[in-house]
Amino acid sequence: MNSLGEAFTAAWRLIAGFDAELAQVVGLSLQVSLIAVVIATLIGLPIGAMIAVERFRGRQTLIVLLNALMGLPPVVVGLVVYLLLSRAGPLGGLGILFTPTAMVIAQTVLITPIIAALSRQIIEDAWREYDEQLRSLGAHRLNAAMTLMWDTRFSLLTIVLAGFGRAAAEVGAVMIVGGNIAGVTRVMTTTIALETSKGDLPLALGLGIVLITLVIVLNALAAVIREMALRRYG
Amino acid sequence: MLPLELHELTFSAGKAAIIRGISARIEAGPRTVILGPNGAGKSVLMRLCHGLLTPTSGRIVWQGAMNGGKNVDVRRQQAMVFQRPVMLRRSALANVMYGLKLAGKSRSQSELRAMDVLEVVGLAQHAERAARVLSGGEQQRLALARAWALGPDVLFLDEPTANLDPASTQDIENIINAIHASGTKIIMTTHNLGQARRLGDEILFISNGRLMEHTPINRFFKQPASSEAASFIKGETPWQ
Repeated sequence: MNSLGEAFTAAWRLIAGFDAELAQVVGLSLQVSLIAVVIATLIGLPIGAMIAVERFRGRQTLIVLLNALMGLPPVVVGLVVYLLLSRAGPLGGLGILFTPTAMVIAQTVLITPIIAALSRQIIEDAWREYDEQLRSLGAHRLNAAMTLMWDTRFSLLTIVLAGFGRAAAEVGAVMIVGGNIAGVTRVMTTTIALETSKGDLPLALGLGIVLITLVIVLNALAAVIREMALRRYG
Repeated sequence: MLPLELHELTFSAGKAAIIRGISARIEAGPRTVILGPNGAGKSVLMRLCHGLLTPTSGRIVWQGAMNGGKNVDVRRQQAMVFQRPVMLRRSALANVMYGLKLAGKSRSQSELRAMDVLEVVGLAQHAERAARVLSGGEQQRLALARAWALGPDVLFLDEPTANLDPASTQDIENIINAIHASGTKIIMTTHNLGQARRLGDEILFISNGRLMEHTPINRFFKQPASSEAASFIKGETPWQ
């Protein structure tokens, strides 16, 4: 039984030869997840910072909720976004179901809580250390929040990378709202799922290799950034 | 904005009473040293005065700032140096400029002033280095520069040399004297008798959350009025 070996060889050939279909799928994957992570950061980071430095009623409950949302099952997110965007749904008029835009929305919903919850933790830990010093220097809450975000920028960047990794590796949400339409809404994960069930292993394996490589590169990047920042800024 | 008056000041954390009814009047001029054993409440008293903690009861009155001066205005005229200064992840120069910018100074004004004080504390050549990679002694000098740059009427120092070697301690004490000479009121805590002798003009001796003595330095060391102070000076602990 040599089909696994053959599949690997074929997969390598696809990657090395910049196979058009593979490249298109990888490209869309990166595009969708990148846009999603940028939007999720723009929303999640200020929320995290605000919760970190403000004291209000229900704060603890909100933190528990936010932490719980980190574990949102992608298929459920997909289902909810699907219901919102479907013809009969409240946002059905937009006509964006089964488009990359819908996939961006689903991934944004999925990773915004992750970025908000993790940045809340990092900024609050820093706030504990900086609190008295910043107040002594005359910083108000908004000044403090901005200062803390800047001072923890390298840790926050690793969160953003983690969010990107999570978005790129997720399958359930984009499958439901994207519809896995060839050439339009096929990303790495959904293509792997489909091609595997069809028995076309080379493309599935090739994409799997690209995906794993991407995840490793992201984590290595996060480690390098932390290390450099520590050496440079202490 | 001095004198500073404390009226029956108390502070409790949960059920533990940390400051138990301190009244005092601290005048402009002399270097005031808050002396006492570890856990006496020195740091908490200082944080109350600086406004970082809110008293459980009692009042803190800056007599010289009574003309309807709001809280923020009073804070702007004080600065504090902590036992373990928190340096921002940026250059030494940017650390000093940070407080100045918060105080509403322009960028160019801030930079000029910051370079001036860095020069005085001997860190001008390190201005562009990341503050967190400086040594402990350098970081404490930087903390002094950052506080001094704000031109405060009152400078609080909480055990500013507790973690430093003798040479760095000497540097810090020289800078504190220079700040005093420039007209800023010095209020500092220490548990170090030698430092109290070198830097203090008057002593507030605190023990177990109470003010035991408020006297000029000479009288304190020659004729302590309380048995707690007498045994503290002799290097005894109360339970020995």
